[in-house]
Amino acid sequence: MKVDKHTVRKLAHLSRLELREEDEDNMIKDLNEILTWVEQLNEVDTEGVEPLTNMSHEVNVFREDQVGEHLDHEKALKNAPKKDEDFFRVPKFLNQ
Amino acid sequence: MENFRNFNQISLSLSKGSTSCVDIVNHYLKNIKEKSHLNAFLEVFEKDALDQAKSVDEKLKKGSAGKLAGMVIGIKDVLCYKDHKVQASSKILEGFESQFTSTAVQKLIEEDAVIIGRLNCDEFAMGSSNENSAYGPVLNATDNQRVPGGSSGGCAVAVQANLCTATIGSDTGGSVRQPASFCGVIGLKPTYSRVSRFGLLAYASSFDVIGTFTNNIEDSALILETMAGQDQFDSTVSRNEVPTYSKNLTFEGKAKIGYIKETLNGEGINDEVRDNFLESINRFKAAGHDIEEVSLPLMKYALPTYYILITAEASSNLSRYDGVRYGYRSPNTKDMESLYKKSRSEGFGEEVRRRIMLGTFVLSASYYDAFYTKAQKVRNLIKEQVENLLSRYDFLIMPTSPTTAFKLGEHNQNPLEMYLADLFTVQASVAGIPAISIPNGKDSNGMDFGLQIMANFFEEEKLLAFSNCYLKNEWKI
Repeated sequence: MKVDKHTVRKLAHLSRLELREEDEDNMIKDLNEILTWVEQLNEVDTEGVEPLTNMSHEVNVFREDQVGEHLDHEKALKNAPKKDEDFFRVPKFLNQ
Repeated sequence: MENFRNFNQISLSLSKGSTSCVDIVNHYLKNIKEKSHLNAFLEVFEKDALDQAKSVDEKLKKGSAGKLAGMVIGIKDVLCYKDHKVQASSKILEGFESQFTSTAVQKLIEEDAVIIGRLNCDEFAMGSSNENSAYGPVLNATDNQRVPGGSSGGCAVAVQANLCTATIGSDTGGSVRQPASFCGVIGLKPTYSRVSRFGLLAYASSFDVIGTFTNNIEDSALILETMAGQDQFDSTVSRNEVPTYSKNLTFEGKAKIGYIKETLNGEGINDEVRDNFLESINRFKAAGHDIEEVSLPLMKYALPTYYILITAEASSNLSRYDGVRYGYRSPNTKDMESLYKKSRSEGFGEEVRRRIMLGTFVLSASYYDAFYTKAQKVRNLIKEQVENLLSRYDFLIMPTSPTTAFKLGEHNQNPLEMYLADLFTVQASVAGIPAISIPNGKDSNGMDFGLQIMANFFEEEKLLAFSNCYLKNEWKI
């Protein structure tokens, strides 16, 4: 079993998710099932094979570096759940 | 009022002067209201659509209208449209309004298509039945007890139930083709990078492709040729010239077709689906094409490869939803960390959270090579095998899905079981090649079969022409 209680809590923290204690067992079960299933890839011999990292056929697409349109201040703040005239507002996190 | 099922009927009616673009939009608005129980639309842009239609009618009078004048298009809720809401059927984007329009939608509007609303889908396009939407499932119009497929379920049903002329969605591992198959419409996934992804909410960036849902091939061709092509806002988009697909929809001569034996012999394929597929093979033979069995030995590894890579990419792409700059913020926060965690846990649904966790796992330092890099290597091998087959065959065919539309609630207890719905669609996504699902008859429950046809990179023209001839059963051999 790859994922135990300790791992699932660590994963949740890294993912910035909160897992309720009553949901932990289910998540552990699901993740282990899926991971066991994907491990069948170990049957494939990939000795000397390069990992495929780019799906586009385009390489080095250049253009002039020009000032284009940008979002103005008011618009950038428009969708913020909490804001003042100038900034996004978040809880204080320095010198707590 | 005529029942406008495709753009050709609309154009004829407009040119005769027997109808206007406003009439057409009103016709669809009425259908949408009558069939609101299907839950296909999350929002109808009624006023904007009518305003747009009025301006199209004026242009038509002046003779300055674009080539899509009269076409009414719905967009999946993952495509940005300026000053309109977009939220990937997720609570985490509650209230969010786009600041710009996606390139694909922009190009359609520039040719005078009317955008009628945004369509329900699985949350962040993660799912195969449209049951993962925070706004409830979409119902298959043929049988309301059954799912429309996913993730673009709303898109498929909107075309199936005649709620607009065509829709555009996104296909990461089958999200256009599988619902198209379940709903008896045409679903096209172009080559990766054929259409700009600018303004498409990112899920798995090395797989995501914008595709079309239509009732006929002419419309798929017309929409694709309008949306595709260069875009200064997407550095991965192909700079290859875009053919005028709609002008060349006749496939001439004999095709060399391969059908993948692993799809027919493998587990999970429904008997009626297999029989329906074998019947298609005979139809191709009878028409005079060369068709033979081929092997794709790595076939069964495509789905696990896909799930490793897409969860990894999703965990990274969805990190932007943090409750700070836009979207949902939990009211129960006390510090920065709880703001992130509570907003994301309350905002994302179960499947999205599971995929983020899984992606975080496969990208973690101790497992990166064993899972993520391994999957990238297998992806390379699968792509090579597929390319190799397509160097010898014009087309590869298989059923779009191992089953027809299943019942609501039938597969959502176990995530792995649901993942198998993508069994036949992920190969084209892993390789990046174009693929289409076309309606192919009905099963004993009256549910549609889909036939999937795949072609080599950037061969959409050939793929569309061939599909068109198959659907019309008119061949020039």
